[in-house]
Amino acid sequence: MSIMSYNGGGVVAMKGKNCVAIACDLRLGVSQYNTIATDFEKVFQFGPHLFCGLPGLATDTLTVKDKLRFRLNMYELKEDRKMSPQVFTSMLSNLLYERRFGPYFIEPVIAGLDPKTGEPYVASMDLIGCPEKPEDFVVSGTCGPQLYGMCEALYEPDQGPEDLFETISQALVNACDRDAISGWGGVVYIIEKDKITRKTLKTRMD
Amino acid sequence: MAGVYAVERPPSGFNFENCRRNKSLIEMGFQPPRAQKTGTTIVGALFKDFVVLGADTRATSDSIVADKNCDKIHYLAKNMYCCGAGTAADTVMTTDMIRSQLELHRMMTKRQPRVVTANRMLKQLLFRYHGQIGAALVLGGFDVDGPHLYTVAPHGSTDKSPYTTMGSGSLAAMSVLEQRWRPNLTEDEAKQLVRDAVAGGVFNDLGSGSHVDLCVIKKDKVDYMRPYDIANVKGVKQGKYVYPRGTTGVLTTRVIPLVVESEEVKKVSGEAMDTSA
Repeated sequence: MSIMSYNGGGVVAMKGKNCVAIACDLRLGVSQYNTIATDFEKVFQFGPHLFCGLPGLATDTLTVKDKLRFRLNMYELKEDRKMSPQVFTSMLSNLLYERRFGPYFIEPVIAGLDPKTGEPYVASMDLIGCPEKPEDFVVSGTCGPQLYGMCEALYEPDQGPEDLFETISQALVNACDRDAISGWGGVVYIIEKDKITRKTLKTRMD
Repeated sequence: MAGVYAVERPPSGFNFENCRRNKSLIEMGFQPPRAQKTGTTIVGALFKDFVVLGADTRATSDSIVADKNCDKIHYLAKNMYCCGAGTAADTVMTTDMIRSQLELHRMMTKRQPRVVTANRMLKQLLFRYHGQIGAALVLGGFDVDGPHLYTVAPHGSTDKSPYTTMGSGSLAAMSVLEQRWRPNLTEDEAKQLVRDAVAGGVFNDLGSGSHVDLCVIKKDKVDYMRPYDIANVKGVKQGKYVYPRGTTGVLTTRVIPLVVESEEVKKVSGEAMDTSA
């Protein structure tokens, strides 16, 4: 068994028109098939318009979240300004590559709006911090392969926040239905310039 | 603003704190995941007064295409670029580190960096890690001595050759180069040759794919063409799967408004950069 599927779970992020969405499932398992929690969020907020999902080994999800928070706070104290998603990506990339020979078992996904221009931004990374910044969507986690299929079929560029919500939710829900160790509820964040909308999804609970 | 003194700066270089844990996890039967690879066909070809670099744009993790349009021709200096094959993070981070060292070197010496310098920096870095940093590079540039082309292997050995290729598609690309490379090709012929060599990898090696990127480095000019050739045109999506609004069952909704309560513009005078911490 791969260590990446010890706890299970997945994260997906998509670009829209002047908005981005990031979503994750809520299951936490141990030894793959033993579900021990259904309120384990893998997406965290790091700024007004900055979110990061950390699927993989749950212990590393929490460790890396705290380490990121620390480095982010230090940056914002020193620089006296908010961190842009681009800077956040290279900060996380450096944090992961520092552990090139003893990595954290997470594959992060970043979603946000540029604090100055409001430009949508999504990025993902492998476990040793190789950044990838595509034009459309990023996926990660045990249901990553399923999410790739769903997103390739469902994704449309320049969707508004309402339509983007439906697209990302259906991609997540249907991908999780084909992965035994993901699912048990989902959370979607829609990030716009003036507000963030958090929605919990009704999903199959099996 | 003064630096924050209370916090100790972490030591630079690699961090091995997770190694023991990860080793015991492997002993317990948990397989470590594979890092993203570039798969890759990268090509470099040297001619009388210019050098051409070429690369495909596919990144894979195992058999999944992780990135359909990734950038494999990395910027090192104004007169120098470097193609990377192997472990994706290693090629990106290695070229990033050498790029900043070259810039410092340029500022210190007040001279345009030479390609030999970059080659030496790369091979010394890679040799230090005995091939554990999986970066296979093709380095090309133009300096005071004219155009240069080097190959850097992951263990730190380097070749200086008139045409070279690396990555899983290198066999396909080399067959094209061996047959058609001539020292005095024109720029257009050279671009076509390198395109065809990369395309050989794109179509005959499954680790390589998507488009062809090209970079021509001349005396005072760099032409970076991304993409140079879209070798695989994607079919146009005929239908749309747009779900009507309200399809997804929503349990709870919370709207967090972001209100700007006050805005303050601080004028920054020409203060020296803080380098204390």
